Amino acid sequence: MDELLLRELTPAVIGILVRRGLDFATAEDAVQEALLQATLSWPDRSPADPKGWLVTVAWRKFLDARRAEVARRERELKAEIEPPPGPPASADDTLQVFFLCAHPSLTPASAVALTLRAVGGLTTRQIAQAYLVPEATMAQRISRAKRTVSGVRFESPGDLATVLRVLYLVFNEGYSGDVDLAAEAIRLARQVVSITDDEETAGLLALMLLHHARRRARIRPDGSLVPLAEQNRSLWDTHMIAEGVDLLQRVLQRDRLGEYQAQAAIAALHADAPRVEETDWVQIVGWYDELLRITDSPVVALNRAVAVGEADGAPAGLAALAEVDPKLPRHTAASAYLHEKAGDLERAARLYADAAQAAPNLAERDHLTRQAARLNQRLR
Amino acid sequence: MAKYLLLKHYRGAPEAVNSVPMDQWTPEEITNHVQYMTDFASRLEGTGEYVDGQALAPEGTFVRYDGEGRPPVTDGPFAETKDLIAGWMVIDVDSYDRAVELAGELSAAPGAGGKPIHEWLELRPFLSAPPTVTE
Repeated sequence: MDELLLRELTPAVIGILVRRGLDFATAEDAVQEALLQATLSWPDRSPADPKGWLVTVAWRKFLDARRAEVARRERELKAEIEPPPGPPASADDTLQVFFLCAHPSLTPASAVALTLRAVGGLTTRQIAQAYLVPEATMAQRISRAKRTVSGVRFESPGDLATVLRVLYLVFNEGYSGDVDLAAEAIRLARQVVSITDDEETAGLLALMLLHHARRRARIRPDGSLVPLAEQNRSLWDTHMIAEGVDLLQRVLQRDRLGEYQAQAAIAALHADAPRVEETDWVQIVGWYDELLRITDSPVVALNRAVAVGEADGAPAGLAALAEVDPKLPRHTAASAYLHEKAGDLERAARLYADAAQAAPNLAERDHLTRQAARLNQRLR
Repeated sequence: MAKYLLLKHYRGAPEAVNSVPMDQWTPEEITNHVQYMTDFASRLEGTGEYVDGQALAPEGTFVRYDGEGRPPVTDGPFAETKDLIAGWMVIDVDSYDRAVELAGELSAAPGAGGKPIHEWLELRPFLSAPPTVTE
């Protein structure tokens, strides 16, 4: 039984049922039931036409649910077992399901949850575990999200940018539980790339591949983080890097730059350096300039200051950092790094300790604490 | 999304506006207070923001290791301990502002005279998972 194939088909099957007259929420419920049925009925091999099988079973699940409802009201329903003929599934319908799940009326958390269920084909329990909340809470979050978009017409034009933001969130912000959210985000981004012709979508996929390629080098078996400069680059996945670089080069040629392409370009330059000393920091600063121009984001300005420190020396980096709001998360960590680079070890040690206090996650806090401890040892 | 801990203190928080101790409320006032807390939790379950909530007994014991082959040493409770946690609620929300809004609502739970307690709740962010993209 090919679980991935099943999940891959989820949005298309929802799209078909919606075309056949079901509302989105009902279609989504029916397809989720059909997915469960498939995991039970396809133990060894899939049917010849998995999509057709899912459509038929989902339709039956819908009829069963409606019959149960009607039976409660002691009425009989005469309905066909087979779904009525509808227009064939199209890539557009799959994309519409993506749009609906990332609709701007949803909060980011709701959009993430709905996307993972209705296009990712994950169960509520899996999504709840991935985000460390009770299943009942996640179920409510998903059903509220479905209610929120219930008034949206299925054919309404959607905004690809909202879909990309949701996929970026899935990739970037999740716990590493049983469900590999980063891999899931890559799978979904591939699906969007296959049905659209958009530079930023390809840029996002490239960005994800280039970062995912470093995963084995980035996290030690005990869960602690290895900074880029200290990573064992032979652990990087060169196939994934090649795919990301290829994809990125193809879309950059089209000269329609966006934030994901620029971020991917930075990741590609890191991936391109066989040793950290060979990193092309001048080019990286150039891409940060582009990224800053596109996003005007203070976080980008902060990362740019660190890159300037590498390209033009610590004093230049500190000067660039002085232009960035000191209240920004990780500002102190960047300052510590640049001060150490400038040779001011005492100040750097103090700043690392302060940065550890303000770290937003345990892995970063431990890393920053170790940096402070390392410098304090040297200062003894 | 971010998880926050809402901490309720028996002692140690600044004084509430309506600070009449619970044992001097009327039974109805207590019922109404408990109902408010239960309703608040179910409402958060409904919005998909509830993670956990527990109450703690006021008296606890301090425990520490006392060396190989020896039983742990216990001590306390210490009557003079300044900070005493009464219970917590964990929420999973979209923003800090939303967390503050919810803590404000919880602090409005009715107390003596049916009036809001205006109790101080402590709001603490959880350390999250590290992001994948850092450069």
